[in-house]
Amino acid sequence: MTSGYPEGVPIPEHIGDVIVRAKGIEKYFGKHHVLKGVDLDVYQREAVMLIGPSGSGKTTLLRCLNFLEEPTVGSVEIAGVQVEADPIHARTRRHEEQIRQIRLQAGMLFQDFNLFPHMSVLQNLIEAPTRVRGISHAAAVETAERYLGKVGLIEKRDEYPARLSGGQKQRVAIARALCMEPKVLMFDEPTSALDPELVGEVLAVMEELAHEGTTMIVVTHEMHFAQQAADRVIFMEDGLVVEAGPPEEILEKPRVDRTRRFLRRFLKPE
Amino acid sequence: MLEAAQPRPLLERIERSRRAARQWSRLQFAAIWVAILAGIILAFAATDNVDVEWIRTWAPFILGGAGFTILICVLSIALATVLALVGAVGRLSTKTVPFAIASFYVSLVRGTPLLVQIYIIFFVLPQMSPVLILPAIVGGVIGLGFNYGAYMTEIFRAGIQAVPRGQIEAAEALGMPGPLIFRRIVLPQAVRIVIPAIGNDFISMIKDSALVSTIGVQEVLWRAQKAGRPTLHTPEAFIIAALVYWVLTIIFSFFQERLERRMARGDR
Repeated sequence: MTSGYPEGVPIPEHIGDVIVRAKGIEKYFGKHHVLKGVDLDVYQREAVMLIGPSGSGKTTLLRCLNFLEEPTVGSVEIAGVQVEADPIHARTRRHEEQIRQIRLQAGMLFQDFNLFPHMSVLQNLIEAPTRVRGISHAAAVETAERYLGKVGLIEKRDEYPARLSGGQKQRVAIARALCMEPKVLMFDEPTSALDPELVGEVLAVMEELAHEGTTMIVVTHEMHFAQQAADRVIFMEDGLVVEAGPPEEILEKPRVDRTRRFLRRFLKPE
Repeated sequence: MLEAAQPRPLLERIERSRRAARQWSRLQFAAIWVAILAGIILAFAATDNVDVEWIRTWAPFILGGAGFTILICVLSIALATVLALVGAVGRLSTKTVPFAIASFYVSLVRGTPLLVQIYIIFFVLPQMSPVLILPAIVGGVIGLGFNYGAYMTEIFRAGIQAVPRGQIEAAEALGMPGPLIFRRIVLPQAVRIVIPAIGNDFISMIKDSALVSTIGVQEVLWRAQKAGRPTLHTPEAFIIAALVYWVLTIIFSFFQERLERRMARGDR
């Protein structure tokens, strides 16, 4: 049930130390047991893809990592900042601050982008760096322009989000996350809300990031993308990790029956 | 060739007939208003209650109250906005103390008549301490602002709640602390949502401000009473007052509608 590399599988050479470590994550929504105890280690420069049927808990797991959902049980450590779940007590200021520190290490991308509609693209990108990191306006603009160039949208610098396509919005959101120089990027089904013809442009940016060695955790239904860009694929079902390993293992010759069934359903149309 | 030539005159004819219909409708609309107004004025004049000479003398005095009315409303809506913002934050707080205080404020104000509130502020509070003896205009502004603040608290609360949850999550994920998220992300979007409603409240307030005449603020209704009573010309006086309020609301409704349309167009 470990989500690390299975024994006997060589760890890819480019991969560094553990940067994200989640231990014993459980989550209840009311009486519904959504996560039943998940351990997850993610290594530096690694691209991890979480796959599984809807309701398997992969999105909840991702949201627990930066405490957008508070886990019912468990602990999360990202880049040396550790936070224990404590749903019983009211959050103390110290707990609050630890959670914020974790979030500063982990950039997050959402299904529906969540750009700030009252700010231009540039303002979206420099808001947190200037006001949270305390970076100077000029330096923040320079960084923002660099990342906008990276996602191919420098010409949209002064546009408002309402004027962008879904694919462009998600690329801006990626640039916004990168501007905070996070240690890891977390994607929650980043292409699920996109028209099919716009999916490619977002996946292309993500694939480039993965190849450059950005540490990323991606919840996705794009199996082809997982095959291309993942260092490790984790198959989840019913709130548990069923199987984990390199994409060519998990996607092509899964050892567990449930993984096989899931993939058959998923890969058939292609 | 024939087919290609056909659509143009047809579209022009449709457009022309639409324009004519629109103009006709506007004409009818104006005619009906003029007819009803003329009917009212004639009926009133027939009762032998209209002294044109009196109107000429006193109308400017009553009209002069419009400045006071607007001044009071502007100050009151400003006070109400501040109270509403604080009230809404309290109503949305997960902490019990601010929630309880804000809920008490809203319940008390919405559960009592505005006129009674104005009386209590102006006549009852000074009994408790001479510090609370206020000039009429200050008492009026506090009364109206305090009252509207409670109603607007609920408007602001709804406006803040209408900002999508994902906006807050995105800001949280960027490591922004709560107060910064409220000020930079939630509030600007909520204000856009509530501005039309504030405009509506401002227009209602123009009419409700007549109540502060009872504590001696020299606004439109107070002046109508002062001019009308001793000279036994109250009918003319009140009708002039009514017309002043009406015209004021028409003017502000015009701006309000334009504002609302601009807001509806969404983000640039």
